[in-house]
Amino acid sequence: MSDRDDMLRELYQEVIFDHNRNPRNFHPIADADHQADGHNPLCGDQLTVYLRIADGVVQDASFVGHGCAISTASASLMTEAVKGRPVEEVEALFRDFHALLTAAQEGEAPRRDFGKLEVLAGVREFPARVKCATLAWHTLHNAITGAHDTAHTE
Amino acid sequence: MTDLTAVAEATTALPLLDLAADFPILSRPVNGRRLSYLDNGATTQKPDAVIEAERRFYRESNANIHRGVHWLSQHATELYDAARASVQRFVNAHSADEIVFTRGTTEAINLVAQSWGRPRLTVGDEILITHMEHHSNIVPWQLLCEQTGAVLKVAAVDDKGELDLASFDALLGERTRLVAITHVSNALGTVTPVAELTARAHAAGAIVLIDGAQAVAHTKVDVQAIGCDFYAFSGHKLYAPTGIGALYGRARLLQHMPPWQGGGDMIRTVAFERTTFAPPPQRFEAGTPNIAGAIGLAAAIDYVSRVGLERIAAHEHALLLRATAALGDIPGLRIVGTARHKAGIVSFLVDGIHPHDLGTILDSEGVAIRAGHHCAMPLMTRFGIPGTARASFALYNDFADIDALVAAIRKAQDMFGTRRPR
Repeated sequence: MSDRDDMLRELYQEVIFDHNRNPRNFHPIADADHQADGHNPLCGDQLTVYLRIADGVVQDASFVGHGCAISTASASLMTEAVKGRPVEEVEALFRDFHALLTAAQEGEAPRRDFGKLEVLAGVREFPARVKCATLAWHTLHNAITGAHDTAHTE
Repeated sequence: MTDLTAVAEATTALPLLDLAADFPILSRPVNGRRLSYLDNGATTQKPDAVIEAERRFYRESNANIHRGVHWLSQHATELYDAARASVQRFVNAHSADEIVFTRGTTEAINLVAQSWGRPRLTVGDEILITHMEHHSNIVPWQLLCEQTGAVLKVAAVDDKGELDLASFDALLGERTRLVAITHVSNALGTVTPVAELTARAHAAGAIVLIDGAQAVAHTKVDVQAIGCDFYAFSGHKLYAPTGIGALYGRARLLQHMPPWQGGGDMIRTVAFERTTFAPPPQRFEAGTPNIAGAIGLAAAIDYVSRVGLERIAAHEHALLLRATAALGDIPGLRIVGTARHKAGIVSFLVDGIHPHDLGTILDSEGVAIRAGHHCAMPLMTRFGIPGTARASFALYNDFADIDALVAAIRKAQDMFGTRRPR
């Protein structure tokens, strides 16, 4: 096993395959009050994020679209992670998650409990794929802030 | 399903080239593995002969051209002019004055759009391209259409990735002023019948530009035999440095085309009242050109010519046959682009694995491929896919590279749990 093999297995963990094959919350929300589109034309990754927000809390979150395993799994894990959280917390999580994936070294990543999102930390070793893992989050951010332009990360 | 053994036997009997040792980068391990560089459609690696020619120019001959009375400047000018003559012979142009150095294919096409097209085209004129063009043979024409009111027409491509000749003929009309077609599709590998298409376009009174970016390194190009009016190509896909390419233009067209960029080296006399321009090709080469690049391009042409384009084409055809059979034998793999006449490019999709995931996993195995839309988004849309994985071959690839490609795809299928027995 080379180091590279280890990194590859760190990136493609079983959780990623599971969420790629069976994405959670993979449907539109009929009464969504926030939604936004994300598109990385170079990759072809495309998704729409739906949210229902009440009393400053994300009551429901979902997505539809298509993309690589990293982007699909990231979107799926994201919808699970943000449901039931106050919007402010979600935005803070987005910032920390982004920092986790782009930290030059492991020690520089934010210290907090990322829960299941931690499985995406392996993307750090594959700079070309960071944009795949963060597209859903940028789209979520646009949905929350009401930005009308399509999110992209490339 | 193809009979793999028969293909293996047939291709093993072919006289293959063994030239990887001429390319220093190929001995460099990537991710701890032997490098199988299969992204030659994007750019080729450079042989020592080219790297050394550029280095030697800067060490022994560097000066600006066309202006110095000193010896070095004259020497550099001679080398630059010799490089132009080398390109002329390479594509069999009638005269070296028909060769304009550019940064590459893209700049060559933009030159034609802006210098030939912009002053001539008017509202309702038509430009005919095909559905399998690279963005660089689409966007310059869209810009030209916006500037002139001309209309872009697109000939259809069938499910195999071949040009639909009936569609081409139907769209070719008396308003067609220019036909711009690729010689070899970068995304699918389809070789188009450029001489035949040129004849049809000429019969309709249109002039013809051929995008030769993917062709020149793989097949002998003869612009007089094709009969085209313009032929564009890049050096870096032909084992030459980046930033240098050439436009062949028929002399009687170039003579009547205005400059498209102004500056030094493209003028005859300059006065504030009136400036007169140099004749072609200097008219189209404003500013100090990529002199070292042109000399590197000439060295690449020498290299390729010494090996022989017929031998290179035969070698790559053997690789194509082998790869097509080996990939076609992998359950869940679909080849996109199955034209009868193909160059050494195989585009494919693997069930349940996105091309980008595949690209990452293959890279970890030392196999470099391209994943994505290949700068041919309309073609991907035509096939209803976001992109493909693409392996593209060059003269230094061998059967071991194809074996590595196949093994890496099988590994990706193992990881994704989609591997099925053959």
